[in-house]
Amino acid sequence: MKTVGIILVTAIACILPFLLPGNFYLGIATQILVYGLFAVSVNTLAGYGGMVSLGHAGFLGIAAYAYAVTSGTYGFSPWIAVGAALVIGTAAAAVFGLIALRTSGLSFLMITLALGQIVWGVAFRYTDLTNGDNGISLGRASVISADPLTLYYVCLAVLALVMVLLAAFIRSPLGAAIKGVRDQPRRMSTLGYNTWAIRYVAYLVSGFVATVSGILYVQIFQFISPHALSLTVSSEAVLMVIAGGIGTLFGPLLGAGVVVLLKNVASAYTDRWPTLLGCIFLFIIIAMPEGLLPGSKRILAGMIGSFRKGAAPSASLQPTSRAR
Amino acid sequence: MSALELNNLSKSFGGLHVINDVSFKVMEGERRLILGPNGAGKTTLFNLIAGDLAPSFGTISLAGEDVSALPTNRRAARGIGRTFQILTLFSGETVIRNVVLASLGRTSRRWKPFGSLDADEEFRASAMEILRTVMLDHIADKCVSETSYGERRRLEIAMALAQQPRLLLLDEPLAGLSKEERKGIEGLLNALPRSLTVIMIEHDMDVALGFADRIALLQNGKLLVDGSRDEVIADPRTKEAYLAE
Repeated sequence: MKTVGIILVTAIACILPFLLPGNFYLGIATQILVYGLFAVSVNTLAGYGGMVSLGHAGFLGIAAYAYAVTSGTYGFSPWIAVGAALVIGTAAAAVFGLIALRTSGLSFLMITLALGQIVWGVAFRYTDLTNGDNGISLGRASVISADPLTLYYVCLAVLALVMVLLAAFIRSPLGAAIKGVRDQPRRMSTLGYNTWAIRYVAYLVSGFVATVSGILYVQIFQFISPHALSLTVSSEAVLMVIAGGIGTLFGPLLGAGVVVLLKNVASAYTDRWPTLLGCIFLFIIIAMPEGLLPGSKRILAGMIGSFRKGAAPSASLQPTSRAR
Repeated sequence: MSALELNNLSKSFGGLHVINDVSFKVMEGERRLILGPNGAGKTTLFNLIAGDLAPSFGTISLAGEDVSALPTNRRAARGIGRTFQILTLFSGETVIRNVVLASLGRTSRRWKPFGSLDADEEFRASAMEILRTVMLDHIADKCVSETSYGERRRLEIAMALAQQPRLLLLDEPLAGLSKEERKGIEGLLNALPRSLTVIMIEHDMDVALGFADRIALLQNGKLLVDGSRDEVIADPRTKEAYLAE
């Protein structure tokens, strides 16, 4: 059933550009893929590692800036810029992880918030490198492709590859250890696991995926400014994860779809789209506290169950009622 | 040779001295019972031995090696396994996966980032062997959240055994069990190999005294009596501090 669902969604994603009315909607679909990947990175840390970060946009932004500076400012080829962004973004995760993982729980949340704000501050103030609030615009030659259709398929391919690798990672012994440390850190330590190192690996993997999403971000917008590193972006990613289903592989993609659609489509009709977003989140939390994906599964299973129950007794009761 | 040696071990939380200058040896293969009224410091002593807490003073030696400064995971790697008084299981996972996770902790394969853990036949086979020992093999694929309390107590022991420890710390393994379930665990404890050193905290005197070779009695964090089972039972301080309760 799950495999059929994945094949179906992948098939729809492959033919989607030909079903959409124009480049505007294709752009939104591409944004969903990029923000979905970013939400997946947050979910790797929060859902599987049990560590909620409010500074993850920092990695997206560092990678995007690293790409923009290498490719746009210094004129290196886009592929060299991709390599530089991957190295710099992941190195930032390696350094930030050393600091953030000195804490856990609420303190971890606050220290990631602080780290994210530091990166935002640097992007805003270090104008020689980042061009400050004006950001860095990239020409068509500075990105891998400026064609919306090509970009869509590049983002889809990267997302698919990351999802396949992540699914394998989560099923692996190390993935099981990450979930074990999330659920019972004390027990895991007693069993011989280095809980700090396991959390650090989760942080690094999460930072790497956020870095990849940052590279895709700068491809589709051809622009990067401090806004991309803001607390709002980090918070939205956490909302995407919670809305879609924390600790599920595909839930964050669904959450990203809801948020990006609301931001882009609802904002065309009303300035008060954040209120609408808030109402929708309230509805999700009340109706499906586990998130849209697991919640929908639960409701669907309940409906199938009650349908079967309704069908079975009526068949079995009929003779009894006749006997009466 | 001593399996464990505590020298002048102390632990304070601010002005509260929970463990106060405790010294004793546990020989290899010995069954040692830690007795004491509530608040005597028994579980704190276990936490110090396992590495969950750092001692304020004193040393802990495992088979002659000072492990006082080692973190919990490295002490586990040197052969300390333990169960918890409050069940500490992966309740969302199956019974066998709990044991597999425990076995995995002692191997370098815990760092393997690819390859399904569930498909590892070697781990599954050794986990099934341990589950047979604790008579949980019939519910191996059942989710822990769907098992009874007695079965979970057995699983706690199974996970500690999966670590292949040299020293096993059992923190009230019979707590909250029915008479029948206690008998089952008693049989399981008596069947443990004699090469394994066991230190147990337990309030069920029928089972505990039958199990122990030697007893250490704690009161207010101090070692009140230390000796063979018969010596400690006969000691008037034991009756006054604990058995009279």
